[in-house]
Amino acid sequence: MKRLIVAVLAAALVMAAGIAHAKTLKLAMDADPVSMDPHVQLSGGMLQYSHMVFDPLIRWTKEMDFEPRLAEKWERLDDLTVRFHLRKGVKFHSGNEFTAKDVAWTLDRLKKSQDFKGLFEPFAEPKIVDEYTIDIVTKEPYPLLLNMATYIFPMDSEFYTGTDDSGQPKDAIVKTGPSFANVNESGTGKFIVASREQGVRTVFKVFADYWDTESPGNVSEIVLTPIKENATRVAALLSGDVDFIMPVPPQDLDRLRGSDKVKLVTMTGSRIITFQLNQNRREEFKDPKVREAIVYATNNPGIVEKIMKGFATVAGQQSPEGYLGYNEALTPRFDLDKAKQLMAESNYPDGFTVSMIAPNNRYVNDEKIAEAFVSMMAKIGIKVDLKTMPKAQYWDQFDDQVADIQMIGWHADTEDTANFFEFLLMCPNKETGYGQYNSGNYCNPEVDEIILASQSETDTAKRAEMLQKAEKIVYDDAAYVPLHWQDLSWAGKPNLQIEPIVNVMDFPYFGDLVVE
Amino acid sequence: MFAFAVRRILQALMVMVVISLIGFSIKFAIGDPVRDLVGVSVSVEEREALRDELGLNDPFLVQWVRFIGNAAQGDVGQSFFFKRPAMDVIISKAPATLELVLVSSIIVVVFSVPIGIFCAVRPNHWLARIFMTLSIVGVSIPVFLTAILLIYVFAVELQWLPSYGRGETRLLFGFWESGLVTKDGLLHIILPSIALSSIMLPLFIRLIRAEMKEVLETEYIKFARAKGLSPRRVLYLHAFKNTLLPVITVGGVQLGIMIAFTILTETVFQWQGMGFMFLEAVERSDTSLLVAYLVFVGVIFVIVNTVVDLIYGLVNPMVRISGRK
Repeated sequence: MKRLIVAVLAAALVMAAGIAHAKTLKLAMDADPVSMDPHVQLSGGMLQYSHMVFDPLIRWTKEMDFEPRLAEKWERLDDLTVRFHLRKGVKFHSGNEFTAKDVAWTLDRLKKSQDFKGLFEPFAEPKIVDEYTIDIVTKEPYPLLLNMATYIFPMDSEFYTGTDDSGQPKDAIVKTGPSFANVNESGTGKFIVASREQGVRTVFKVFADYWDTESPGNVSEIVLTPIKENATRVAALLSGDVDFIMPVPPQDLDRLRGSDKVKLVTMTGSRIITFQLNQNRREEFKDPKVREAIVYATNNPGIVEKIMKGFATVAGQQSPEGYLGYNEALTPRFDLDKAKQLMAESNYPDGFTVSMIAPNNRYVNDEKIAEAFVSMMAKIGIKVDLKTMPKAQYWDQFDDQVADIQMIGWHADTEDTANFFEFLLMCPNKETGYGQYNSGNYCNPEVDEIILASQSETDTAKRAEMLQKAEKIVYDDAAYVPLHWQDLSWAGKPNLQIEPIVNVMDFPYFGDLVVE
Repeated sequence: MFAFAVRRILQALMVMVVISLIGFSIKFAIGDPVRDLVGVSVSVEEREALRDELGLNDPFLVQWVRFIGNAAQGDVGQSFFFKRPAMDVIISKAPATLELVLVSSIIVVVFSVPIGIFCAVRPNHWLARIFMTLSIVGVSIPVFLTAILLIYVFAVELQWLPSYGRGETRLLFGFWESGLVTKDGLLHIILPSIALSSIMLPLFIRLIRAEMKEVLETEYIKFARAKGLSPRRVLYLHAFKNTLLPVITVGGVQLGIMIAFTILTETVFQWQGMGFMFLEAVERSDTSLLVAYLVFVGVIFVIVNTVVDLIYGLVNPMVRISGRK
């Protein structure tokens, strides 16, 4: 029996060696793109997919600058308009030529997508100047126009026009049912979806007419397998069944770092993890001294070191370094003596009891972090009743504000500081939608004013100053409890040049991946 | 037999109704599927509109009656995540699970029968003692731990076997996606099936041993021996046949437990079967798929129990008439 197994295995190995030089990348991620329609959902998985199969007008570099893709260059004409000069000779997978018409069509579709329409709300009708020039116009002066252009992945307007076999329009954006765009694609990207079995595997083949011939990338096929279980994903890499995994679970970092069979790459991320202190539910949290005491009592360097195993960056504010609003002066504030002193000076020197909820499968080590926080609060006399639950149940509870302290992590879709404020800290307002996730009910008109003004400030230097000021105000107010930014991680076989293609948004540019 | 069949069908329908009710109560508790369908920054109104569109805002009874009405016409709903009819999704995942269960069952039968008999006949043999000790260890290690250990030893360290997935599959008869007909597929099924059988095998060894020992003490075995029948004939024909009855009963019950263990095994091995699908559906709050799956499993259980009852009758005609619950 043993001999048989060995023989069978040897045969398999020989076969595997035979196809190794075809530069196939076997990729394992924790999630699968939910659809082949890039507009059906705004999520990390879908954007990673879009960067493979489609191509944006411009994209972020590692240094958080913009680099040309389908737009060769761009210029600001006035407060409302940016003119994009498009690349000539670009072909869609269907063979159709890419022109300005496709950009206008895509922009129009983005405004119909449930997930993207909010982000593209500031945009007015674009003006097609000629086949390869388009003016993208906003209703008001809008500083984030270029940030948003990284989300414009032009789709093949001709391919997606008309009706499919069932009589449904081909451009329909359907979230829960079948649609043409959910199972067919025609983008300008380096890879074509060759076959796809949702949740099982997707095979991407290189597009022969791809425009970017200067890219050093040499992968001709990508086999994407979603592997949700952390241990299995790591085992698949270590056993050589896959070439590249993302993300790497923190508990396996040391193991991978020490292995010579794989290369590990990590980077500071931009998702902030915080606790919100509900001032509507608790009179105590209206006392700034109490809030400050809580922030001072929170040992976030300890959490990063012990619970996150160093795999996170301690935060004193929301904006990570590199964002406009990042304010160097705002450092983490752990100081237990100061916390005790503040607590004694507050109106509640004897402490009090509060309730708290946190998810247990949403953020890295979320449950452990929340438990650590409970014991930290005990040291300043605040007793916390913690309840944790899976994310499927968590968000409804979060929205209903069932507890006094609630955990939330946030990544800015716009890669911009103002986004943190708009969702997490502006005065909650049902009509405008601001403060949608502000379960702390922190409300400061001055902050609201600055953020609203920043939305139409196109002078970058002035805008940075405004956003940094806003960060300072909420820091001084101890409006919430900042913990850390989660780090990002990727690992692959040593012959993959991972470093040049990864970035803080976590969309690896697989088209540029070099396999030695 | 006819009356029995009719009673069974009625019983099955009742079970289905109850299961669908339970499924619906779980559905309401498990979370909001819309959360998983949209990005976080989507506004409350947009989410509400989508919920209306999916009929999730209707009261419990309205949703349930609608479900039963559609189910009566063979439509158990649409999976939110897969964007396809839920039944199609379940059926497309079934071959993976059934093949895994089949191979594990073969492993269990092939090993448990001879080992069990051996341990009963020669309880003091050193090999029997080793088997018994190992079986205690086997029963007490959770399946996912066994699975992870197997992966680390045979996939990561020795690199003999693949660590995840089903490998290459081929379409049989136009609907059965099989991994048992390709070499790659067979290599992929080795570790998961061992992991899955790791709980059942020791259990069956102990069960067969215990039953066999008991049977060997009975008068008719002594009588058969006294009559001078060959020991082999006594052992396999007379004794083992009577051992089988309780083993089959337990086997039928264990099949349900097997499904539970398949969920764990499939998750660890990224085995694309129904168990894995179920767990992911829970995580994504794909509630329509969940309810469809619960009803589907209910049907399977009813069928299995019926078949077990029938086999029972075949093995020992005495129980066919009476003693059925």
